[in-house]
Amino acid sequence: MNDEQKHQKVHAILKTVDDPELPSVSVADLGMVHEVVVDQNKVSITMVPTFAGCPALDFIEKNVKHAVENMNWVEGCQVDFSFQEKWSTDAITDEGKEQLKKHGVSPPPENYRPGEEWSVDCPYCGSSFTSMDNVFGPTACRSILYCGSCKNPFEAMKPVVDYSVV
Amino acid sequence: MKSIETADQAKQDTSYYQALTELLYQLADDDFIISFRGSEWLGLAPHIEEDVAFSSITQNTMGHAFLYYQLLEELGEGEVDVLAHERPPEQRRNASYFEKRNGEGSYMGEPRYDWALTVVRQFLYETMKKVKLEAAVKSSYQPLANTAQKVLMEQPYHLAHWKMWMQQLQASTEEAKTKIYSRLEEAWSEGQDILELGPQAQELEHHQLIAGEDYLRNQWLKEVQATIKTPPASPLGKKFGSGRSGEHTPDLEQALQTLAEVYDSDRNAVW
Repeated sequence: MNDEQKHQKVHAILKTVDDPELPSVSVADLGMVHEVVVDQNKVSITMVPTFAGCPALDFIEKNVKHAVENMNWVEGCQVDFSFQEKWSTDAITDEGKEQLKKHGVSPPPENYRPGEEWSVDCPYCGSSFTSMDNVFGPTACRSILYCGSCKNPFEAMKPVVDYSVV
Repeated sequence: MKSIETADQAKQDTSYYQALTELLYQLADDDFIISFRGSEWLGLAPHIEEDVAFSSITQNTMGHAFLYYQLLEELGEGEVDVLAHERPPEQRRNASYFEKRNGEGSYMGEPRYDWALTVVRQFLYETMKKVKLEAAVKSSYQPLANTAQKVLMEQPYHLAHWKMWMQQLQASTEEAKTKIYSRLEEAWSEGQDILELGPQAQELEHHQLIAGEDYLRNQWLKEVQATIKTPPASPLGKKFGSGRSGEHTPDLEQALQTLAEVYDSDRNAVW
């Protein structure tokens, strides 16, 4: 197996490791995987955390390590979280957005600019007749909304964008 | 501007190292103690939506403290858990105003906490945090600049939340206005050290770790005054001394004892 094939194998495995708090949404589709380096039979992965203070990071590290090391050619896998790169909700893939909806969580609005009001469609019925109940939800990255059409409460990923003053 | 990329590089220059760790302790300890006081409101906030919001903010803020302690660990200051739990009050660098109890009574007994104190304090703190983060993203210490950038992307939600409370309570009943105003006056007489950078303030500026005290204070005042209709006319004071120099009140001891209770019960436990 050459390096290119090994890379592909690792990326395929990362698509199967779910976020512990968002079952069915993989860490790869959440845009958390920054870099994969394969050196012979050793793999090192740099990941970008979503929100600071996310209690799931330790589990994610363990699950990623376990999944990669389960491949028979891998002798060791090192997982690091880096703040060099900035995670933003724009990094979530289309597949990730679809899976979020299946989980009852709306993906964040696209092309959001800081300070703007934001609205999201209901993940159940697609209606845009929704209101925000609480910008803060059960986890740091989610908000609580309510659908005026199908009367379901639901959650949405909070938009985080690359707000910078430098 | 010289840029320091790694912990090893920072250690080469003693003066730089000392100034850097001093600043990191201030940032970490502020977030740490404000998160603790915030977490004491769990189950007691004015309504359930606020309970959800405040705990989310508090958890996120404790995550920010963790990031700074992690930078200190990389610099060889000790393990994150030890830095957070074991340092005695005189080694803490948080502003003394942030350690103040939420009110009378205790969480386990009969907490008679004061929401006006909390709203005023959280608002002043988040405004200070924004100003400092915007200065820290330009820090000569690259790992700090990266961390500040990360925190700066999450923190606008926190600031917006407390700004909203300030605005709504100021436009509310006479009782609300009176309570807010008296807590503001109290903050003015006690909270000057939230804007201070401690005994090494000049070195911090010299090494371009963060902007100077005067700049930070002016920015803070400007932002605070955009929300507070009539800020207290009295000059800022620090009734309890400066937490940046390790001067603290018995309230900090109470907080640290409560916070480290489980940790102290078995320091070798593996979680």
